[in-house]
Amino acid sequence: MENALNKQAVSDDLMILNMGPQHPSTHGVIRFVITGDGEVMQRAVPHVGYLHRGIEKLAEGLPYPSFVPFTDRVDYLAAMFANHGYAMAVERLLGIEVPRRAEYLRVIVSELNRIASHLIGVGAMAMDIGAFTPFLHGIREREKLNDIIEELCGARLTYNYIRVGGVSFDFPQGLDAKIRAFLDTFEPLMEEFDRLITVNEILVKRCANVAVIDAETAKSYGLVGPNLRGSGVDWDLRRDLPYSAYPDFEFNVCLGRGFRGTLGDAYDRFIVRVQEMQESVKIIRQALDGLPEGEIKGKLPRKLKPAKGEAYGAVESARGELGYHVISDGTDKPYRVKIRAGSFNATSIVEHASRGLMIADLVVLIASLDVIAPEIDR
Amino acid sequence: MVEEMNSPRVIEAGLEGGPGQGAVLWGKASYLLNLSRKHSLWYLLFATACCGIEMMQTGGPRTDLDRFGMVFRASPRQSDLMLVAGTITYKMADRVKLLYDQMAEPKYVIAMGSCASCGGLFQKSYSVLKGVDLIVPVDLYLPGCPPRPEALNDAMMKMQDIILSEDWRRKMTEKTEPRPQMGRGGILKRA
Amino acid sequence: MHFDEIVARLRERFGDLVGEADEPDPARPSLLPGVFVRADSVTDVCRFLHDEPAMAFEHLSCITGTDFKDSIHLAYVMTSYVHRQVIALKVKLDRDDPSIRTVEEIWATANWNEREIYDLLGVYFEGHSDLRRLLMPDDWVGHPLRKDYQEQPDYHEIPTTRENPLGKY
Repeated sequence: MENALNKQAVSDDLMILNMGPQHPSTHGVIRFVITGDGEVMQRAVPHVGYLHRGIEKLAEGLPYPSFVPFTDRVDYLAAMFANHGYAMAVERLLGIEVPRRAEYLRVIVSELNRIASHLIGVGAMAMDIGAFTPFLHGIREREKLNDIIEELCGARLTYNYIRVGGVSFDFPQGLDAKIRAFLDTFEPLMEEFDRLITVNEILVKRCANVAVIDAETAKSYGLVGPNLRGSGVDWDLRRDLPYSAYPDFEFNVCLGRGFRGTLGDAYDRFIVRVQEMQESVKIIRQALDGLPEGEIKGKLPRKLKPAKGEAYGAVESARGELGYHVISDGTDKPYRVKIRAGSFNATSIVEHASRGLMIADLVVLIASLDVIAPEIDR
Repeated sequence: MVEEMNSPRVIEAGLEGGPGQGAVLWGKASYLLNLSRKHSLWYLLFATACCGIEMMQTGGPRTDLDRFGMVFRASPRQSDLMLVAGTITYKMADRVKLLYDQMAEPKYVIAMGSCASCGGLFQKSYSVLKGVDLIVPVDLYLPGCPPRPEALNDAMMKMQDIILSEDWRRKMTEKTEPRPQMGRGGILKRA
Repeated sequence: MHFDEIVARLRERFGDLVGEADEPDPARPSLLPGVFVRADSVTDVCRFLHDEPAMAFEHLSCITGTDFKDSIHLAYVMTSYVHRQVIALKVKLDRDDPSIRTVEEIWATANWNEREIYDLLGVYFEGHSDLRRLLMPDDWVGHPLRKDYQEQPDYHEIPTTRENPLGKY
């Protein structure tokens, strides 16, 4: 607080309001210092670091495979992507091939995870606006996904499933049918969800034309994923810098089009997430149909010792580009691991995008960016 | 409630009279008050990290916490129980202490997950507090990374047992032992 | 545009300011290609890479700061939407007094990335609009990502170590 007070000259008619770090609408421990003229904000300055756990430093003391469980905690709502990005960076560093079956399994679990993450994302956004029921709908569906993934790898949240060189377990018997059964029930549920919240007049009124981020600003602030696509920038790592088995599948990249208001408003970002869930269903069906037989782990030496070099592995996570910049010095431990996460950029844009908004709309802005604290702070 | 009173553990309370006769509930005041206290534990929604998601799932439809009379509150002033769900960093530590101090007595703390209990996976990290019991008194430690909703449910029931077994008057009047003041620009000293 | 061509264009435009560039390794084709430039030319080179239509590196993925014990390296990892390419631009800084121009005017996201590096590695960014610690508390001592970082015994009178309960057995 002291810093914020010192930094700006406070005139008599402005008020300073603190929001967070413990606040139900900030999605984790993020703090905003709002300078407002009554209800209208001049700016909301994000203060982060309340969940800075020093993961990047911990990586420097661990052998390459042992760091995978820590990556789970980088993004606990969608930990598969965090595993995947790291595994990919190390595989690029080693120059090894991953078996086809493992790549397909990676795609299936990633897309299941994307659905689970977006369910919380859109549900929490509705909750922040004031509708509690959609959040419970999301949680209910997420439980089913958790059950599926638990059957596969034994964990509900922190999977440690995608390892360097492959994945840890093959599909147990009957899981294929369970995933299909889930998808069959999920599609009608999406329609119900749409009726409940997506075209709900209150949600549309709260979100449309609020917190507009135009394409240039989004690019400049390095927004990624649904936030970038919500502003109309046609960029998806799955299609544009293809990795894993994604070139084998057909899917659309959902873009914001100004559905109920201006291009790049909070409602566009919301809709992009809802549509992406449907695209994920498509991808999972294709992957299940074409799942090849074979190994699930590549041939790896007992001790991973990549030669000197640098690699950057980025995946399209539920929150956009999640990249790992791994620098090797030729030993069995990484010399430096830099994690580049989508929420970091999404939070940095809040100061710019909150100018002139109402205080109540700040919550909409944060929720529509779908930020998650450990990705910001790492 | 009646079954609870008829359980062999409890001899200080009972229910007399049947339906339509005007039943009488008798027992030690301490027991009856504890009974009502334990069935209205309101917890502070204090999710810092991964455990927070499991806490929300526990409050969600499947393992419904509402059936214990537990609802989440966003404000520490309305809550009896602080669930420290997740990693606490040094930057956050001042705030945790502040939140704890804002809660009204009697108050309880559950350290959920290994991070809150001892630093867990991150105990080698330079910025993570090695256990929330270094700053606030903890009543219950819940292991797991993160603990499953069933585990949290169990912890809540153990918490209820603790409440039922204690002397409410002492709990109401006793002062929690003073903790070291946080200096050097910490919030508490400035205020 | 291939990485070699990018380096050639940079050399043609900036001459001696461009240092060594990574050679492609046929065994490991997927490594991140990087090129060193002189620290004082970083804003010009970044501006060129951002604005030139043949490069169009509009997206700054991240800035990686690394402590190499004798010097500090910064790697600007950037992506081109148009040409679907990722490269790294690197600079070498003096470890005792690391200081470099900010690239905030080119990519707004550099603001927070540079604050993070200032916080964790102690690199000073000239011309930065708001250079404060980002992740660590304001009264934190030291820069944790430096290789010789020493942890303090306590923070705000909270001990930073915990006794191992199994230690006495």
